[in-house]
Amino acid sequence: MMAARTDIRRYTGFGALTALCLTVLYVPLIVVAVYSFNASRSITAWAGFSMRWYVDVFTGPEAPIFRAAAWNSISIAFLASTVATVIAVAAAVAIIRGGRFRGRQSSLAVITLPLMVPEIVIAVATLIFFTTIGVRTGYGTILIAHITFCIPFAYLPISARLQGIEDSYEMAARDLYATRWQAFRLVLLPLMMPGVISGWLLAFIISLDDFLITNFVKGAGMETLPTAIFSSVKQGIKPNIMAISTLMLAVSIVFVTLSFLINRIGQKTRLSKGEGQ
Amino acid sequence: MATGPGSSGAGWRGLVLPLLLPSWLVIGIFLLVPVALMAVYSFLTKDFRGGVIWQFSLDAYDQFFVERGLFGDEPPRPNWTYITIFWRSIWQAGLATLLCLVIGFPTAWFIATRSPRYRTLWVCLITIPYWVNLLIRTVSMRFLLRDQGPLNEALMAIGLIDSPLRIINTNLAVQIGLFYSYLPFMVLPIYAAVERYNFALSEAARDLYAGPWTVLREIVLPTVRPGIVAGCILVFVPSLGAFLAPDLLGGARTYMIGSLIDEQFRGSAGNWPFGSAVAMILLTMVLIVLLWQARVAMREKR
Amino acid sequence: MKRLVLAFTLLSTPALAAGELKVYHWFEYMPPELVDKFEAETGIDVTIDTYDSNEAMLANLKAGRLGQYDVAVPGDYMVKIMADQGLLDSFTPDELPNFGNIQDEWIDVPFDPGRKHSIPYQWGSTAFSVNRDVYKGDINTLAIIFNPPEELKGRINVLDSQGEVLALASMYMGIPQCTQDRDQLKALMDMLLKAKANWASFGSDIAKDVLVSGDVAAGMIYNGFSAKARAEGANVEYAYPKEGAVVWMDNVVLLKNAPNRENALKFMNFLLEPENAAAVTNYAAYTAGVKGTDPFLADEIKNSPENNPPEGATFEFVMACDEETQRLYDTIWTNLKR
Repeated sequence: MMAARTDIRRYTGFGALTALCLTVLYVPLIVVAVYSFNASRSITAWAGFSMRWYVDVFTGPEAPIFRAAAWNSISIAFLASTVATVIAVAAAVAIIRGGRFRGRQSSLAVITLPLMVPEIVIAVATLIFFTTIGVRTGYGTILIAHITFCIPFAYLPISARLQGIEDSYEMAARDLYATRWQAFRLVLLPLMMPGVISGWLLAFIISLDDFLITNFVKGAGMETLPTAIFSSVKQGIKPNIMAISTLMLAVSIVFVTLSFLINRIGQKTRLSKGEGQ
Repeated sequence: MATGPGSSGAGWRGLVLPLLLPSWLVIGIFLLVPVALMAVYSFLTKDFRGGVIWQFSLDAYDQFFVERGLFGDEPPRPNWTYITIFWRSIWQAGLATLLCLVIGFPTAWFIATRSPRYRTLWVCLITIPYWVNLLIRTVSMRFLLRDQGPLNEALMAIGLIDSPLRIINTNLAVQIGLFYSYLPFMVLPIYAAVERYNFALSEAARDLYAGPWTVLREIVLPTVRPGIVAGCILVFVPSLGAFLAPDLLGGARTYMIGSLIDEQFRGSAGNWPFGSAVAMILLTMVLIVLLWQARVAMREKR
Repeated sequence: MKRLVLAFTLLSTPALAAGELKVYHWFEYMPPELVDKFEAETGIDVTIDTYDSNEAMLANLKAGRLGQYDVAVPGDYMVKIMADQGLLDSFTPDELPNFGNIQDEWIDVPFDPGRKHSIPYQWGSTAFSVNRDVYKGDINTLAIIFNPPEELKGRINVLDSQGEVLALASMYMGIPQCTQDRDQLKALMDMLLKAKANWASFGSDIAKDVLVSGDVAAGMIYNGFSAKARAEGANVEYAYPKEGAVVWMDNVVLLKNAPNRENALKFMNFLLEPENAAAVTNYAAYTAGVKGTDPFLADEIKNSPENNPPEGATFEFVMACDEETQRLYDTIWTNLKR
């Protein structure tokens, strides 16, 4: 019987294609990482190992621009993902715990709308909006735009998690005379937490990653990391860009590992509190 | 055992309005209103090199659909040039989706059939590159594919080719770029669907003497279809309006929809009504695809 | 939530304007050391945003950025367009102590007589450069770009700049710029569409890099940018086509609704110092429009072939056409790029 079971899961060539897939995904990044340690300025000839480009990223002539851009990117991502997560949590509780109310379907549609509209359309529409009402484009406008398109990304993991939580816990808490807010804060929220954190992380990365929309609605003198990199790349792929790219790869590894571990913990708490009692 | 609609046991029903207000407000004001405004702009007159004059005009849509010659005095004929751009973008996006599917499905299947201990590790491996900025990934691809880039150098070093392959600044480079950008979007939904797949079905089919590929075709694929469709949409829609891949990898030679729109607002063309019109047409196309997919999904539920 | 709103308001309050300057400039056109020198001398904090074509600058200013920048650096024909559109602020010579440093021939220019809105920045020419390792024949004709020889087909970069490309194309065909003759315009468009098949890419800020890296073997380029390409190791030669090339002058203009008008004038005055103008010249490899820069110029700039055209080389300024004709040229450019 065991032999038949492994048989149905295995298809020839799938393993090879997976290897190909991973190769294609990683090779460009690895090649760039390797060249970021190139001692010479040239991007075609290897001249020995050196960390100079990493030093250059932090102290070279373009460093202030990248530093300001990185600060903008990270602070906007932090603020936008936090606000979006709060809004998403509220919406998830309403949609999933609020029963069948009128406007439930349309609320769901509205929340996932930013996912369905192509990015370039959002970018153009937002630019037109701010120019028409006469608001100065800059940090604030970027932040607003990011919050808007981060909401669905935060919402999805939260709603997925919430749907798997039985409401018997909150009902038990209410039976014990807890207020709605106490039931939420002390029972529901901790149970939702892995979903909330996943949603926050997802929104954070999406905001950090955004180029198209930010490029349209940023004002004078404002750069985020992607827009600063884009301007720099248009003038030629320089080694310090490759160093930045490798740094971001390292950051991403950290984030994914974090999210993975948090999910693991989340699964464990669910299993210990829920099924099996 | 009641979660979801109908379970107002915990008493959230009364709070539904204030809970939903923030999301409605934010998305309503900063997405719905701007898109509506953009629709209005597509019916206005263009100002010289940017901006609009608040005067109704069908010029933008006329420019898109009707060809009146260089001086505007030839008899109107259907304008194929912009339709060609759309067609080119659809075609590119379609090819990228197909490529993602051909490589993504086996990958998702492979990962989903690993032992549970290692499964999440594989998923992490697939998603790590995705967390790197799309711009960086496109740039890395460009670096790799250049005439004097590592790919060509490696191929020449092993002697497979004599002179560098002309990949950069071609349609092929754009397709590779699109495929590279959105591959994880294809893998993850299919992985989720395959993970929930009941392998007992395959077993049953095998007991009935069906060959492995028949099982795949007749049993597996129909069951995981929602995942495949989700993956295809998640790749197709962004590819359609993509800007970075055509710009950085295609040499900005030919317009795709994304570059056409960008040119109207941030480039030399400066024709806002026209840019808005093109964006509206793109949005309409995408909504039609999504609505069609939603109808198919609903029909399947019955 | 309240704390968030407060933080948000603080973030969008504009910084105190006393010590700031917002410059909208071409890419790779201002030496960073010069900016540092200005900041050290005046205590003003300078931010520079870049664009890669006159038309893109105009588009972005009209897309809501007017009122956010103090100065920009448009080319000659764009100064006139901007003045006509009401995008420029004016100043009087006594507001600029160094006004007298402007070379006499550049004071009464057709696009800004008497210099009420602008000061000269750099002037130079636009033609193209060819990689001598790839092509060894005669390069002094625009046919290299518009009807290239076999070795160069598919390996040419063209500037993403409507004004200059269309001007050079007109010169190649021997028709006047801003012509309204229908047959000439049709012929121009047909020629461009045929020539495009031989081009690898459109790009202005990449014009130097693609020659240095070998991605292309020939490319339209500004003379100073070509000198920089040579300095970075490309074996390119700048051409002086017999049909003529484009000459241009970039100017620093004072923008309307500049948030830091006083600092803008200080900056413009700073750039009229011979030493500073020379620093720009040494960096960008063009020529300044300021008196007295000679003693500060580097030799390779003074003597470069890009700055010393041969006898008989002809040049034309890009002409800004009237709105009706401009519309036709806009259409030709859009047809070309799609």
